[in-house]
Amino acid sequence: MIDFSKVTTPTPTPETAHFFQGTAIGELRLQRCDLCHEVYFPPRPFCPACGSKAVSVFAACGQGRLLSYVINHRPHPAFEGPYAIAIVVLEEGVKMMSNIINSAQTPEALRLDMPLQVVFRTISDDIVLPYFEPVGGDS
Amino acid sequence: MKSAAVAIVGAAETTELGKIPGMSQIQLHADAALNALQDAGLTLSDIDGVATAGESPTAVAHYLGIAPNWVDGTAVGGCSFMLHVRHATAAIEAGLCHTVLITHGESGRSNVGRAGRAAAPASLSGQFEAPYGGMGPTTSFTLPVLRFLKDTGTSIEQLASVVVSQRQWAMKNPRATLQTPITIDEVLSDRVIAYPFTKSMCCLVTDGGGALILTTAERAVDFPQKPVYLLGSGESTETPMISQMRDVTSSRAFRMSGARAFESAGITHSDVDHLMIYDAFAHLPLYGLEDLGFCTRGQAGAMIASGETSPGGSLPLNTNGGGLSYMHSGMYGMYALQESVRQVRGSAAAQIKDVNISVCHGVGGMFAASGTIVMSGSRFR
Repeated sequence: MIDFSKVTTPTPTPETAHFFQGTAIGELRLQRCDLCHEVYFPPRPFCPACGSKAVSVFAACGQGRLLSYVINHRPHPAFEGPYAIAIVVLEEGVKMMSNIINSAQTPEALRLDMPLQVVFRTISDDIVLPYFEPVGGDS
Repeated sequence: MKSAAVAIVGAAETTELGKIPGMSQIQLHADAALNALQDAGLTLSDIDGVATAGESPTAVAHYLGIAPNWVDGTAVGGCSFMLHVRHATAAIEAGLCHTVLITHGESGRSNVGRAGRAAAPASLSGQFEAPYGGMGPTTSFTLPVLRFLKDTGTSIEQLASVVVSQRQWAMKNPRATLQTPITIDEVLSDRVIAYPFTKSMCCLVTDGGGALILTTAERAVDFPQKPVYLLGSGESTETPMISQMRDVTSSRAFRMSGARAFESAGITHSDVDHLMIYDAFAHLPLYGLEDLGFCTRGQAGAMIASGETSPGGSLPLNTNGGGLSYMHSGMYGMYALQESVRQVRGSAAAQIKDVNISVCHGVGGMFAASGTIVMSGSRFR
């Protein structure tokens, strides 16, 4: 239902390059503060909780749950039919926007708090994006 | 005793609202500004401060032929005008300028002379939200609501009752875009825009503008209109990305802005005679009532569904019909301020009896920013 070749392409910056280098090899990279241990997203080279520049990149486990979503009914060139735009909470505690793929795009199939896992899809020569799917396949 | 230092002495909207294809965006600013000057009995040469959003204050001042001593171009979305009121109050009190013009104009429907606002692909929103198919406010502002409904025990019917309540106010307002009665069933069975939101739960898309003129409280008594004193205010921001709200069921910016406004005005909730909560979508009054402390968590839906905020209720809310039924050009905050001014002056279409305190609460972006203004008919309290 997603035409990945028509997805709006992000332009990485020096601060976010590690994230997209990670998705290209199948890693969902987050950052953690070496001092206060805050895990945060989106990327930046300092800790938004304490301001420390001592931060490390690490790979998230890829598991999360469905926090909230809408099902957009207006036409979008990259999507066929109504599609969900979701906020996913990762097991590490951070939130990300994403789409829920390999699932019906209906309120019945998309239950709040359902477990999700990350999957990766290539959208351009340079960019691979993280998406999420229900744990255990199509619901 | 608290004493207001600054008052609103001029307030007006554009001559027309709704569809205005014959006017560019900058002219909508000017039309509202000239109407506000007339309302205040002033001329352009009396203005020495300019604040605006959507256009630069440089552009507005130049277009109107004003040579300002002070400008503010704070642009944090639809509540920018609440922040302009707050900043102008501080500037006048500090003696930086004497008479400030705050303008808004937006060709939201007709798109005459209006810039686009897509997220840059290298911005954080462009990298981490835009790829997932967001269509602007209808899919981002709405994104938290399923979680809000679940965690607060609010029903979809209660969410729909926001639309019904505000339509009842709009039916009393001849300038409102939508004036036909509507039921909860009609709201829920309307065309789906972004589940669970139907078209009726989303704001209008219209053209219009508004302007305010502020000056010192000492001078305010000499103007033709009853002064509307600025008792207190608050402002804050949270995040430009809806997916990064700390708690998607409550706005930190609302809580901080609201608490600061009440504290600085020296008022409690029982002092509030009239309330405006910026309603780009039907859930915003629910967040606003809870985050400003007008009810406990999870009670806002029941409060609105019971009619407490409707005509005849104890807490009149969004009495112009709101962004859902009155008008919404894109940055609606100016129209909420205009209605608070009218209610305190006693000149609103759906006038509440004896409004002494009006609280006007705005949102900017998608829960990105907030501004809250407390207005009063009395200078001292």
